[in-house]
Amino acid sequence: MTVLAIRGLNVSFATEGGDLHALRDVAFDVPARRIVGIVGESGCGKSTLINAILGLLADNGRITGGQIVFEGQDLTRADAAQMRALRGPRISTVFQDPMGALNPVLSVGRQMRNIQYRSSLGRAARDARSAEMLQKVRIPDPEAALSRYPHEFSGGMKQRIAIAMALMMEPALLIADEPTTALDATLEVATIELLRDLQDQIGCSVLFISHHLGVIAELCDDVVVMYAGEVVERGTVRQVFRTPRHPYTARLLECDPARQSGRTRHLPVIPGDLPDLRNRPGGCIFAARCDRRGEACAAPQTEREPAPGHRARCILAEAT
Amino acid sequence: MLGYTLKRLGLAVVIVSLAMAILFVMIYLIPGDPAAVALGPRATEAMRESLRVKMGLDQPVWVQFWNFFTRAWTGDLGNEVLSDRPVAQVVMEQLPHTLALIAGGMVWSVALGIPLGCWAAVKRGSWADRVVGIVSVAVIAVPSFVVAIYALLIFAVTLRWLPAIGAGDAGDLGDRLTHLILPSLAVGLGWVGYIARMVRASMLEVLEAQHIRTARAFGLPETMITYRYALTIAILPTVTLLGVGIGQMLSSAVFAEIVFARPGVGKLVYDAILTRNYPLVTGAVLVTTVLFVLINLLADLLIGALDPRVRSRF
Repeated sequence: MTVLAIRGLNVSFATEGGDLHALRDVAFDVPARRIVGIVGESGCGKSTLINAILGLLADNGRITGGQIVFEGQDLTRADAAQMRALRGPRISTVFQDPMGALNPVLSVGRQMRNIQYRSSLGRAARDARSAEMLQKVRIPDPEAALSRYPHEFSGGMKQRIAIAMALMMEPALLIADEPTTALDATLEVATIELLRDLQDQIGCSVLFISHHLGVIAELCDDVVVMYAGEVVERGTVRQVFRTPRHPYTARLLECDPARQSGRTRHLPVIPGDLPDLRNRPGGCIFAARCDRRGEACAAPQTEREPAPGHRARCILAEAT
Repeated sequence: MLGYTLKRLGLAVVIVSLAMAILFVMIYLIPGDPAAVALGPRATEAMRESLRVKMGLDQPVWVQFWNFFTRAWTGDLGNEVLSDRPVAQVVMEQLPHTLALIAGGMVWSVALGIPLGCWAAVKRGSWADRVVGIVSVAVIAVPSFVVAIYALLIFAVTLRWLPAIGAGDAGDLGDRLTHLILPSLAVGLGWVGYIARMVRASMLEVLEAQHIRTARAFGLPETMITYRYALTIAILPTVTLLGVGIGQMLSSAVFAEIVFARPGVGKLVYDAILTRNYPLVTGAVLVTTVLFVLINLLADLLIGALDPRVRSRF
């Protein structure tokens, strides 16, 4: 069963220099109880994608086409009240920066109680539920933690509190927007194990955004590779990481510092810059930086499916 | 919180002491002989000399300062020249009127400024935002004595809705309050603009914060986000601003008290200056300084109560 299905999603932002086409023809699925990773460099449209799913695009942003089907409901047609009813109980989010994600002047308990504002439970029962969640994310002395303020916790603890808040309503989909990027390596591993544990307990799906390939490989079942607002490749982690079919994915994997075998002062980079999203090239979005481009790359590319479930938006993916 | 309070209180004592020193130096530097001024041109040298001794002006300057300093801390501000009554007593008689006036000004500025600023921020870029912006600048630009005169002309003289002069009957609270409406409007109207602009700016900043995005991602109602998540933070700079604003309100109070012929410290100082009643001027200015420091202390404590981050830093 598919919890979230995105089809042909297009998002534009009205800017002074013209329309910025931030997402073009984005499509992928998040099946039930699976962890789907989204990987891509800065500016590839990861944040825009999250905001589009949550219905929290900036005022100048607008969905110009496609569908976001969540549990059978097309979110692109949902009004503000319907979206608000979904956010929290059905779709929940953990953001990147644990320092700024919690309100600084409200106690942790108060914030967790507010998240349960739709619940019919009384105050004491809500607090008990909050303490239970804090216990689950291994916050020591959870009852006392409820009366404390965010600045009294460390960064790692704050991120665990944010995870507790996000999973409190037992959502069907958890969106994790680079939840470990701001943490150091030890905490990163612990946080990822915690996420996987909780995902297993609650049985939700996770959309995990990261630019850390190692984390994606470790945690996710499926992976979606984004470049300049397009999905260039998607499939299971094994398919995409073992046999990348899009040159961008291949170059990205080569550039992963963890893959460097010898000592080097020069990490490999992909030469060139992201294309101007106000004037997208008509053909393959990656062609300008691709060392395997040919004549055919000037034409618009569709997704090829070299193996069942493994799709790449590249003419080379057809060859074998 | 107790440690924080004690620290701020200690700081307040230092500030008041410094203010006393500056005030003393200023009085000392005023040209002319206070005894001669007090006794007038017909007094003999012997009379002036005896008054100088009585006022302690024959002592070395540091002894004079020490006497002024220690007496002021015990509440003895000397006697005023005209009636020879203790200055502290004369000022304290007038102080409640001024306090009521400033409290009224605060009520106007907070009750109008905060909702207006909040509204403008939430409706950013709309006609409502623009109207609030224009009105804010307009009321800031109009001097308080102009507000006082026009309020008096329109609401008291032409429409006859509200009384024009005085502070009302001593025993009648309703009468006191109706007498307070126009003068406090004159004191507070400009601050409606300052506060509206301040609240709007800080609301816009806070509404962009990551934790507001988190709150929205949890589907919290917009009213809860605006008032409990954003305004509780956006209000903090305004509290500090108001603490400082008291100083300006105290000076506006002088005009309001004169225009509306109200009793009060401002009117007292004004009259004292006209009659060259220097001990009274000194005493009233000192009391006003203490008042200013105390209200700022209160504002700091309020910030500590509202912001747990500040509380934990002390």
